Amino acid sequence: MSRPYLRLASEAPAPLSASPIIEMRGVSKTYRTRDGDVPSLKPIDFTINEGEFLVVVGPSGCGKSTLLKMVAGLLPPSAGEIRVEGRTITKPHPGVGVVFQQPLLLPWRSVFANVMMPVEVKGLDRTIYGRRATELLEMTGLGDFANKYPWQLSGGMQQRASICRALVHDPKIVLMDEPFGALDAMTREKMNVELQRIQSTTGKTVLFITHSIPEAVFLADRVLVMSERPGTIAAVYEVGLERPRTLDVMADPRFVALTQKIRHHFYAQGGLD
Amino acid sequence: MTQAKRRSVWDRLQAPWVRPALFLIGLIVLWDAAIHLFGIPAYQVPSPLDVIVTLYQEWPLLLREAVPTTTATIAGFVLSAVFGIPIAMLIASSKTVESYVYPLLVFSQSIPKIAIAPLFVVWFGFGIFPKVISAFLLGFFPVVVAAVQGFKSVDPDLLDLARAMEAKRFQTFRMVSLPFATPAIFAGLKVSVTLAVVGAVVGEFVGSNSGIGYVLQRSIGNFELPMMFAALVVLSLIGVILFWFVDVVERLVIPWHASQRRDFLVAA
Ligand SMILES: Nc1ncnc2c1ncn2[C@@H]1O[C@H](COP(=O)(O)OP(=O)(O)OP(=O)(O)O)[C@@H](O)[C@H]1O
Ligand SMILES: [Mg+2]
Repeated sequence: MSRPYLRLASEAPAPLSASPIIEMRGVSKTYRTRDGDVPSLKPIDFTINEGEFLVVVGPSGCGKSTLLKMVAGLLPPSAGEIRVEGRTITKPHPGVGVVFQQPLLLPWRSVFANVMMPVEVKGLDRTIYGRRATELLEMTGLGDFANKYPWQLSGGMQQRASICRALVHDPKIVLMDEPFGALDAMTREKMNVELQRIQSTTGKTVLFITHSIPEAVFLADRVLVMSERPGTIAAVYEVGLERPRTLDVMADPRFVALTQKIRHHFYAQGGLD
Repeated sequence: MTQAKRRSVWDRLQAPWVRPALFLIGLIVLWDAAIHLFGIPAYQVPSPLDVIVTLYQEWPLLLREAVPTTTATIAGFVLSAVFGIPIAMLIASSKTVESYVYPLLVFSQSIPKIAIAPLFVVWFGFGIFPKVISAFLLGFFPVVVAAVQGFKSVDPDLLDLARAMEAKRFQTFRMVSLPFATPAIFAGLKVSVTLAVVGAVVGEFVGSNSGIGYVLQRSIGNFELPMMFAALVVLSLIGVILFWFVDVVERLVIPWHASQRRDFLVAA
């Protein structure tokens, strides 16, 4: 099937370099609530390289969303420092697209207008990015739903629209919090292949959170495994599989071995969910 | 064919205004029956027929007197919205403003307006002004309460979403907070418009020589009960029409909201 590449003319594939783009130094988070402190994340040291696809897997409630929100600049860390492109972040920064755990579409905007929201906010060219929005919608199978309203879409379709919204302004860094959680298995695999292709052709840096171990191994350059709450890094695995990957890679012995290895972490700890 | 015809009659019976109309007719019949059954004298409760006859005969007068009442109501209502919504925005956006203003607002609301209405006459004379102020004072509070509620219940995740896009304060307000609060604001406006009618009539009670409130006052004084009931009917009509108008505007402004969706789907 030939699909239009999700690239603007100006967007050249970034060279694969190993320079760190996201750095975390001793980052921890404790939520202060009325009934006491909730430690959510033990100090974490970690770097993500430019153009890298990093996937975080971990049990529910271990602080994955917390980590992502801190990297997005939406939540201040309790201790430590997060640097993006060399600068310490205290607020959201440009060049980042976020897919939240919920679709968070605005019910008063059509699907297309929802996808265009970052373009409006940032004051970008509507014709150029409008075309890009249409391309993205078509690629995610929402081409016919551009003028519908979010509440006329299924949950999985809403989540796909929110992915389009995160990508529309062509961000250098994409943060995704379980973006495919609401999708059926088949659509999910298709979206995985698509995302993998987008990332390897555009050289975007992706921080991706998931519950699914095969999804993690399929997508990642490196998989970061987190332990139970309060979360911390349990292990980091390099995925040595060549790109572009097709679904056949799931039968590869290296793929099988790695998913097995990661799974053992959770059975030792008592389950993923 | 007869079946088709029957169905069209049946369809017409399903129109939204038919049921309340049927209910109203039922009430009027009950009213008439009660008068006959319990032998209630006409100087206590007039019979529906008398009221209808009066309504018919005095229609030009009633219509003329309805004009100043309606004008005062609309002016007071518009003022409520124009002041109420921005004040609600301030209260919802700042804890400091809220702590200063909100308690006072609630306190001021517990002052009976009828008790201070004569004061407006002293200040502003017998014109339309005291009525407008009185309508405004009654209509203002529900708008503020509803709008504060609306602005405060904006989903924090949606605000995070806007923040992640680096939206400016005003952009967040325009794209997220205001649309989110609009359904609540309309709920407040609907209460407000009916209370504004009451406010205008209170204003006319205490000091006016025109308007439905004045007609009411005078007819009670003269024991013209059918006239008084006719005036009440006109007053309710004013309230219903204004309410309906706000309702129509709401439909146009927030077709996306869950409460409006059925119509929207049919229209789409
Ligand atoms: N706003 C908050 N206030 C207090 N505690 C919070 C808050 N948000 C999250 N937490 C706590 O922090 C912990 C981590 O939450 P987080 O949402 O990051 O988990 P998660 O790993 O994303 O889980 P899931 O996979 O279920 O989405 C949870 O145990 C939760 O109780
Ligand atoms: Mg989460």
